[in-house]
Amino acid sequence: MGIFDRYRPLLDSYQAMRATGIDPLVTMERVLSPTEAIINGRKTLLVGTNNYFGLTFDQECIEAAVEATRAEGTGTTGSRMLNGTYAQHAALERELADFYGMKHCMVTTTGYQANLGIISTLVGEGDYLVIDADSHASIYDACKQTQATIIRFKHNDPASLEARLRRLKDQPGNKLVVVEGIYSMLGDTAPLKAFVDITKRYGGYILVDEAHSLGALGEHGRGLVEEAGVLEQVDFVVGTFSKTLGAVGGFCVSSHDGFEALRVATRAYMFTASLPPAVVASVRAALKVVRRDGAALRARLWENVATLYDGLAAAGFRLGPEHGPVVAVLMPDQTTTIAIWHALLEAGIYVNVAVPPATPGGLCLLRCSLSAAHSRGQLQHVVETLSEVAQRFGVLETARKRAIAG
Amino acid sequence: MRSAHKFKVYDFTDPVTSDTDLPPREQVVAEIVQRLEPFRVDARPITGATVITKDLNIDSLAVMDMVMELEDRFDISIPLNDVAEIHTVDELAEAVLRKVGGR
Repeated sequence: MGIFDRYRPLLDSYQAMRATGIDPLVTMERVLSPTEAIINGRKTLLVGTNNYFGLTFDQECIEAAVEATRAEGTGTTGSRMLNGTYAQHAALERELADFYGMKHCMVTTTGYQANLGIISTLVGEGDYLVIDADSHASIYDACKQTQATIIRFKHNDPASLEARLRRLKDQPGNKLVVVEGIYSMLGDTAPLKAFVDITKRYGGYILVDEAHSLGALGEHGRGLVEEAGVLEQVDFVVGTFSKTLGAVGGFCVSSHDGFEALRVATRAYMFTASLPPAVVASVRAALKVVRRDGAALRARLWENVATLYDGLAAAGFRLGPEHGPVVAVLMPDQTTTIAIWHALLEAGIYVNVAVPPATPGGLCLLRCSLSAAHSRGQLQHVVETLSEVAQRFGVLETARKRAIAG
Repeated sequence: MRSAHKFKVYDFTDPVTSDTDLPPREQVVAEIVQRLEPFRVDARPITGATVITKDLNIDSLAVMDMVMELEDRFDISIPLNDVAEIHTVDELAEAVLRKVGGR
């Protein structure tokens, strides 16, 4: 038995797809702006890049990155524990802690590592990690790395969380509940107030991953913790730099004394090189933009959400349950999903394909994500093109479409 | 939402809460078998010896979802850590009975 034999079914299905002329793994030949790139030689509208504020091409962020590279070089070539903590890393941590009004912050090299490292280190043997069933892969991977006991509750279901904490109430050991602000696949938000109340009633800790909600939710863009009014009760907030902040990296903030111990206990923080100066500088600049211009960018983002979500709903598509920067379009099956995705790409529109096991409930999705940088015209074009393509594949009923058009 | 997806509606949905009504082993096996019915691949009936992820067309997520339902049905905690060690219907029934007994 060869070392790759276990992946035979994966490889077979990938090759079967390529044989039909569709390669689901695209290459961005040249990215032109937050909303456009050249793919397969064609100018393509990007509607699946998590670039919620469109800051990847922000002039201040670019200048900060260029300047930092000239001043401090291309990389730190070392761990935060050794030679990889520059003044800028510490400054970014202070600025993030200040943004959330928390005492402590740790910056990690990716958002994935923030969840993997911090969650797996916060709990240990004898503790309980209580996670939402639809948690991101980085949270599931943290479950594999920790010695804690893992309990899953039904997605976004406070009664299910409560039942589990009640069953554990006489067990010694800490309980850490992990939820996400906005879930990455269906774009639904957590009933966070209820989760926080229940967790606190049972004496647990709660960690909220705001990867998709930083900037998008809350009066100051602090995410669902701010929108739900629970910022002060939440124990840990995790976030990423690779979405609204337009770069790469992750962080965790907390006001708990003792948090700094994680710097010398979190393997995913200790045994990897720190972020390069350019990234730290662009993230600091992006955070300034969020604090200064966030309200306007957020308003534009939500206008765009409404244009796409309401447009697709009116056209007769089945969508994720609520308005949000992630708009999931439900497809009937995997073959149709991939065929429509490919037809969209040929028509110059890029969205994400999301199929099981990456999706909840065995759903097949065309996952769209919005940006403040999209124009209304671009999104109307998406609604029209997707409707046309979906009709061609028999996903939208013609009568419904005619009724809308009439 | 996710758990409702592939599962059928069953008859015994009242949670077992008091220690006096310890379910007999056959009942636990029957309830597991019923929840696994939608994943049967051929005419062979599902029995205690059925290897859940090998003999049935079920992925690990659906197994975890079924375990979550069993937790609520019997008012017990079955950690994911234990699920990795469970292969057959009988082993799952054993795990449920052990938890119910120790509750």
